[in-house]
Amino acid sequence: MKKHSTNTRFWQGNEACAEAAIVAGCRFFAGYPITPSSEMAEHLAKRLPQEDGIMIQMEDELASIGAIVGASWAGAKAMTATSGPGFSLMQEGIGYAFMTETPIVIADVQRAGPSTGQATKCGQGDVMQSRWGTHGDYTAIVLSPNSVQEMFTLTIKAFNLAEKYRTPVILLADEIVAHMREQVSAPLLETLEIVNRRKPKTDEKAFFGLEEVPPMPAVGEGYNIVATGSTHDEYGIRVTADPIPHRKLVERLNHKIQNHADEIADYETYNIDHCEVGIVSYGCTSRSIYEAVENAEKKGIKTGFVRLRTLWPFPEKAIKKLAETAKAIIVPEMNLKQLFYEVERAACGQARIIPINKIGGGELITPEEVLAKIEEANKE
Amino acid sequence: MSETFSAQKYLRDIKPPFCAGCGAYTVTNVFLRAIHELGHENLDKFVFCSGIGCSAWIPSPHFKADSVHTLHGRSIPVATGIKLMRPNVNVVVFGGDGDIVGIGLSHFIHAARRNLDILVIMVNNMVYGMTGGQVAPTTPFKTKTTTTPYGSFEHPLDTAKLAVTAGACYVARWTTTNTNELKESIKKALNMKGFRFIEVVSQCPTAFGRRAGFKDAGEMLKWFKENAVLIPLAEKMSESELTTRIVVGEFIQRQRPTLVETVYKTMEEAQKQVEN
Repeated sequence: MKKHSTNTRFWQGNEACAEAAIVAGCRFFAGYPITPSSEMAEHLAKRLPQEDGIMIQMEDELASIGAIVGASWAGAKAMTATSGPGFSLMQEGIGYAFMTETPIVIADVQRAGPSTGQATKCGQGDVMQSRWGTHGDYTAIVLSPNSVQEMFTLTIKAFNLAEKYRTPVILLADEIVAHMREQVSAPLLETLEIVNRRKPKTDEKAFFGLEEVPPMPAVGEGYNIVATGSTHDEYGIRVTADPIPHRKLVERLNHKIQNHADEIADYETYNIDHCEVGIVSYGCTSRSIYEAVENAEKKGIKTGFVRLRTLWPFPEKAIKKLAETAKAIIVPEMNLKQLFYEVERAACGQARIIPINKIGGGELITPEEVLAKIEEANKE
Repeated sequence: MSETFSAQKYLRDIKPPFCAGCGAYTVTNVFLRAIHELGHENLDKFVFCSGIGCSAWIPSPHFKADSVHTLHGRSIPVATGIKLMRPNVNVVVFGGDGDIVGIGLSHFIHAARRNLDILVIMVNNMVYGMTGGQVAPTTPFKTKTTTTPYGSFEHPLDTAKLAVTAGACYVARWTTTNTNELKESIKKALNMKGFRFIEVVSQCPTAFGRRAGFKDAGEMLKWFKENAVLIPLAEKMSESELTTRIVVGEFIQRQRPTLVETVYKTMEEAQKQVEN
């Protein structure tokens, strides 16, 4: 292994994600080329074999997610990276990973959709797909980085959450944070918390129930695992018609995440106790709010924000708190109102929710546009 | 062989879901017999992958072994991840024709091309049985199914030939009446490396036979016996003569560098480059 002499790096976002995956213990990557995520596959194709890992380019995204599920059951930490169209193709596999409690990480580097859209241009249109993309009752864990630094730290966090809760975790990046280059302070391995799935004891047999997050063996270890995406009992045996086992299983799978929403919630706040105008933002869009808030304050407008690192489960307590003080909350997004309604729901009518939406050409919402909206909201 | 064969030794005590007369019973029995004859006391060295469809239930949940019952068509990708990260286990995929060469066709071709070290046993009942008998990519021309009430207007895929072209190391096709040949093929394939494919033409009296004009499973087996033709004989027959025949035998047996070998060799080379 190539040892780095210092821990400060100048990385592209996709590279930072790839390097973080290795730090987190990822040793298997399967993917299909798609802009703007391909650098992750390219970087890992070079780096994983150096670290006793495997990168394989599959024939499509259906195969990619299938292969990482297989690798995870073989005991490896595994990930894939994609963008909108490929993310759509992976949705069935994400549901399968959820149902079989398979820890995997999916990096979706968002671009402008629907369909092929503008393949090289940034968008934030996959927010709802990341939450509701697969069919059936399902709870997603979705993280949203807003810098190259966070492409690093949140990738490690994504693996940790996947291993802790035995569930797929989505790193919902975007073209801007994935393609830009910034200084990254990569913490030394010794200082990082790396979570590994809990292995069963030799005589344990229930890998799909009895506990909130059951232990997970690997194939080839003599446990006689029965993994299935069909409704199953605690031992993996299919129960395809009885209502009770289905309720029990699917409710547990959802609750094991929902009951820990507060622990999973990760966000940055500023001045939320004393603001008149609030902002809720995430991902690349949130990079414009710092300057906007600074300038608003110079103009005497008390402004605060919640900047979300966890999108799902939605950190509604933070929004509720912001709505208690702010008379208006601005939600800037590079989509046509996706998280907007979620903010509105969490605010419970306590604050007026004002959208800023911009799509196409990868044009960012500028600090000036945010500032103009803050001033407008403050007047009303 | 230290003792007499008992399929129960390898099976969980769970009632199988197959209809009376289903070929899946034969395939299960023949496979386990091959395992027994190879001297495996249990299935601990195996991992089974299957997709969706009746034959996906052959290993899962019935075999006392690790089994991953995956999405429809995706057993081979899942097997890819398993085999690459656990090269020491024997990975066997069971699936139907719809699963392996309908919805999962591209994975089948690419796995053969890559020479992924797995054995794929495809139970070809020429129909989508579990969903009630719809036309499949393997349904013979002019056959009546629920979605081809006037007879199928498409031509079936020759999966064995496709596997040979794509690069498989071992390819055989038998019907459920060729139990001995099938067993020997399974034994041979399990002792080989690389991508191995065995197609078993199998009877589905419920969803296929009924509508295709067969009274029962017995009539279907009779049809297999009368129409199966060994490869050397088939080579002398015209294309039109062969349309109603089932060509059986071993299509290829060869050695090529396998995916596990090339992936791990690449890993070694990558690490050497770093050291230098």
